[in-house]
Amino acid sequence: MIVTVNGKPMELPPGLTVDGLLSHLKVRREFTAVALNREVTLRAEYGTTEIREGDKIEIVHPMGGG
Amino acid sequence: MYDTSLWLSGKEFKSRLIVGTGKYPSFENMREAIEASGSEIVTVAVRRVSLPGQGESLLDYVDPKRYTLLPNTAGCYTADEAVRTCYLAREAGLGTLVKLEVIGDSRTLFPDAIGLLEATRTLAREGFTVLPYTNDDPVMAKKLEDAGAAAVMPLGAPIGSGLGIRNPYNIKLILEAVTVPVIVDAGVGTASDAAIAMELGCDGVLMNTAIAGAKDPVAMATAMKLAVEAGRLAFKAGRIGKKLYATASSPLEGVPEWTS
Repeated sequence: MIVTVNGKPMELPPGLTVDGLLSHLKVRREFTAVALNREVTLRAEYGTTEIREGDKIEIVHPMGGG
Repeated sequence: MYDTSLWLSGKEFKSRLIVGTGKYPSFENMREAIEASGSEIVTVAVRRVSLPGQGESLLDYVDPKRYTLLPNTAGCYTADEAVRTCYLAREAGLGTLVKLEVIGDSRTLFPDAIGLLEATRTLAREGFTVLPYTNDDPVMAKKLEDAGAAAVMPLGAPIGSGLGIRNPYNIKLILEAVTVPVIVDAGVGTASDAAIAMELGCDGVLMNTAIAGAKDPVAMATAMKLAVEAGRLAFKAGRIGKKLYATASSPLEGVPEWTS
């Protein structure tokens, strides 16, 4: 399936959860947050939130800013 | 030093200087500058991770156990974007103390007052401690306080401009208008600007570019620490009034006569 992660199209195996996606992308869990189709995904729901074809995912973390 | 502390969301801060983490020549230089500034609150932006693998993290250099993080909503142009960014920050474990920016114009980065007020109201209701970056407008400052802002952060001048406190009279009026802390955010260029903000009676100063963009950020961070302390002390000490003519410092009586 094709989804958009941080603004870029990405081919992912179907049935992947948010938890699976973070592992797949080797993203640290600490101080990271995920929004799926504009809604923030709660940490506790990473394992049960399935990603679907066409989803738009944002993965963010703190960066330098003022 | 005799001074009261800055209180935000029930937490006590000895330092009245808040510093950003953007635009430093290196993470290592940033770490040293923050250390030199004596700041206890550090602003961070919330941005997309670089994929895959995420890379180096800012928080490897700013220990979240030591510093209180202040995520910002820089780059948000609507209340909705700003609110969602705060939700992301909270879920990322960055806390609920937020520097709220709703920008209205990309050239000046001036706030969108209407969006700012709306986002302040929403976030305060959701339990966030909201520090809105606002115009130097006393009427707006009061409205933000009424909407639940925990402090107001008027700009001294446009973000990154280094123009200093352009309207000290409005900052004074804001100090009269609200009961929450007033923190000058943006516009500081050098140490005297920070001192002026504190001499006016502000509760704190927030800056990023003035330190990160200096030739020697660590030295400038030290200067800012001293300037904020000096300005605060001068305010507490109570300055003398301004007069047009001289008033002699030495006694007028007892001057020896030299006429023969």
